[in-house]
Amino acid sequence: MKSAVILFPGINRENDAIAALKQATGTQPTLVWHGETELPNVDIIMVPGGFSYGDYLRCGAMAAKSPIMRAVAERASQGVTILGVCNGFQILTEAGLLPGALMRNASLKFICKNTHLKIETTTTRFTNQYGKGDVVDYPVAHHDGNYFADEDTLNRLEGEGRVVLRYCDANGAVDTETNLNGSQRNIAGIINEAGNVLGMMPHPENAIDPLHGGIDGRGLFKSMVEAVS
Amino acid sequence: MSTNQFNSTPITPELVKEHGLNEEEYKLVLEIMGREPNINELGIFSVMWSEHCSYKSSKKWLKTLPTTADWVIQGPGENAGVIDIGDGQAAIFKMESHNHPSFIEPYQGAATGVGGIMRDVFTMGARPIANLNALRFGAPEHPKTRHLLSGVVEGIGGYGNCMGVPTIGGETNFHASYNGNILVNAMTVGLADTDNIFYSAAAGIGNPVVYVGSKTGRDGIHGATMASAEFDDDSDEKRPTVQVGDPFTEKLLLEACLELMATDMIVAIQDMGAAGLTSSSFEMASKGGVGVELWLDKVPMREEGMTPYELMLSESQERMLMVLKPGCEEAAKAIFDKWELDFAVIGTLTDTKRMVLKWHGELAGDLPIDPLAEASPEYDRPWEVTPKQDRIDPASLSGKVDHIDALKTLIASPDLASRRWIWEQYDHLVMGNTIVRPGGDAGVVRVSGTNKGIAATTDCTPRYVMADPVEGGKQAVAEAYRNLIATGAKPLAITDNMNFGNPERPRIMGQFVGACQGIADACITLDFPVVSGNVSLYNETNGEGIMPTPAIGGVGVISDLAHHATIGLKAGEGALIMIGAATGELGQSLYLKTIEGREEGAPPPVDLNAEKRAGTLVRELIELGAVKTCHDIADGGLLVTVAEMCMAGNIGADVSLPEQGSEAAWLFGEDQGRYVIATSDPDKVLNAAASANVAAVIVGQIGGDAISIEGDAKVSVSDLRDLNEGWMPSFMADAT
Repeated sequence: MKSAVILFPGINRENDAIAALKQATGTQPTLVWHGETELPNVDIIMVPGGFSYGDYLRCGAMAAKSPIMRAVAERASQGVTILGVCNGFQILTEAGLLPGALMRNASLKFICKNTHLKIETTTTRFTNQYGKGDVVDYPVAHHDGNYFADEDTLNRLEGEGRVVLRYCDANGAVDTETNLNGSQRNIAGIINEAGNVLGMMPHPENAIDPLHGGIDGRGLFKSMVEAVS
Repeated sequence: MSTNQFNSTPITPELVKEHGLNEEEYKLVLEIMGREPNINELGIFSVMWSEHCSYKSSKKWLKTLPTTADWVIQGPGENAGVIDIGDGQAAIFKMESHNHPSFIEPYQGAATGVGGIMRDVFTMGARPIANLNALRFGAPEHPKTRHLLSGVVEGIGGYGNCMGVPTIGGETNFHASYNGNILVNAMTVGLADTDNIFYSAAAGIGNPVVYVGSKTGRDGIHGATMASAEFDDDSDEKRPTVQVGDPFTEKLLLEACLELMATDMIVAIQDMGAAGLTSSSFEMASKGGVGVELWLDKVPMREEGMTPYELMLSESQERMLMVLKPGCEEAAKAIFDKWELDFAVIGTLTDTKRMVLKWHGELAGDLPIDPLAEASPEYDRPWEVTPKQDRIDPASLSGKVDHIDALKTLIASPDLASRRWIWEQYDHLVMGNTIVRPGGDAGVVRVSGTNKGIAATTDCTPRYVMADPVEGGKQAVAEAYRNLIATGAKPLAITDNMNFGNPERPRIMGQFVGACQGIADACITLDFPVVSGNVSLYNETNGEGIMPTPAIGGVGVISDLAHHATIGLKAGEGALIMIGAATGELGQSLYLKTIEGREEGAPPPVDLNAEKRAGTLVRELIELGAVKTCHDIADGGLLVTVAEMCMAGNIGADVSLPEQGSEAAWLFGEDQGRYVIATSDPDKVLNAAASANVAAVIVGQIGGDAISIEGDAKVSVSDLRDLNEGWMPSFMADAT
């Protein structure tokens, strides 16, 4: 099982991503510099969190134009499993691999805390280890996680079962009270039409260790491993 | 040489005064130069001899602080202190103030404070692994407080979050004495291998002097001089002296420097912080006993038309100065090219022991290095002993508020209310190693790839220092020690950030001298030396000084994270045991201030020997795995401590009262050297305490969902939490 982590200038959770992938796959992921034009032959590609290009212009906008992103898009079209977390999600939307955009949090403040998430579908290659409706606990750490898409896009995402995670409370209640950043319909993570690209704001890679953030995130990485093996 | 051959600006007495030099200092300038300086040279003297850079009022007393222990690799005098944490690794840390700029422009002032302290740490070869900050703001009702708090917190988050370094702890106080001078003290802890630490002493005549990082602009010129003067009503006009931060560039600089440091190309390296290129080049040359020739026209510039004067004094951020081994320029440049950072050879080392400044081949300045760097003025300023205050007799309390109501008031007061609103704006989880998050006694991060932890905390109780600088200085160190112990860490060393008013006033100087004495006493007894620090004086506006605030940053090591403690009560723990003795000290307590409306009395004295015995006992109990829950007793006293443990663990507790004496003094006294621990095996703890000659007594039992006192007068844990969590969000709700 091989995996790669893409490194853009300003990314800062690449080691967290590497730790999670290593734990799940048993092998050391390859770190790929953004200036490269080719990707190694891997089963999983992760675009990690951070502040690529300082979040200047728009979060993810400049990274989306990096040379390596052409290769990532090509692998996406070939069906390779791709996970974008936080800034990685922003980069994937800016690159057009996922619909919608991530705007400033409704509070206009950076938010770092653990949050509950509802697993909306277990038929994806990212959530097959969870039960439908399960409530998991991952941290978030972002300033721009407020998911926005037009109504037609949102309806289509819902209709096609592409909303994978929503912000909720410990009992799974999804409402404005539990919507931590103002996202449309409490959306925390979505997949593309083909189902091989997941973008999400919360950090499953910071929920793989009982001493650090709990272990609820392990299921997501194990799901990817199960799906591709 | 004619006096002004390379500059036509006449050096008038007014110009000298504008540069912050007094008549005697200027006489010394003339003596050292042997002629009248030109404007470039005057500017250099101005910043080098500013209080901020020269420590001229404080160094006599800083020299008295203990700075050695077996585990100290580098004490004060370098960019940061270095301690050995075993297994070939070192913790490198320092705390530094950015008070004046943060008051003028809170976001950028605080952000560049964080950027500066991180640079101090990675300059030495360490990857930053934890940030903390000690913040003091004016009274909550002061019209500027919300704006300043909001801007400072956003600035700290904006910089630290982007850098990908977790912010794991700190402290925040509010008091009217900070209305015109807030304090922003930022601390960074980094991790390095003991055999790959970098220092700033330049060496190797002919070696290239290399500039890397951001381009130099006109920002921050005279920042160090501004930070060495009092404020007046026109302080807002000083905004142009505040630097602007670019955390993205600093992140690139961090990665590029660490990549270069993994090679063998660097001779010496120093960040450009206060006083920019001047301070860094003089320090490197002075420490190495060499001379420097700088070609200022080679400095990467952000703006057109910059002068040698501006280039030497700019405090533009995210810049480093290095001396490389000869012939390494191309290989080093390739690394900085990869990270898209400027790299320029801007000079060379000479054997003249002089700083020679060149501008397109012309001489722009020529100064001796040692007399400027080493022979800067040192003052023995007159000082007065702070008069002692009387101990508060509990019989003088009005006693009109019942204990549970007092608890509810205290826990929702600006002094004790939860700081969650602040630390949830800081990424405290990035790097995946945060084991104890903000909100506990000390933050703890794991040393990546090991089961070892580094604990860090910042502490000071300014109202104690104000009332009795010696006891207050001791207390600040003792509390840092205690907060580390409470997580199970062995306290190893401190960094001190001395924030005071105008040292030219004997009363203020007396506070500084007293605090140094108290800090020194505590460091010696607790085997907890000072390895780095920073002094910020002239924190005054219109003649009103701040409360003396010697903020202490403490660092310790947990040898096995399987055995560490947190403050939250855990199911199955039965008894609450208080470690340490109490006589009911109410002087300067929050109870006296908040409930009785009296800010007075002698602060609680610190018995350093008892402190050490209690600390050693508690740490050993945690190391053995016998204790998983521990919280030191600090602001608010015993009942507040227990309430915080209940809120963190979501479990109630019943607290018992003493058989005799004042109930209020027992519940709310702030006697030092104490902890509350929860345990399922009280006999084991009590026996261990008895053999260690440490006072220990059962003070309550845990259980239920309310806090009560001897069975009655309850408040539910969830109501108390709402009070505790509610204050700051509602206070900040109308922040602008």
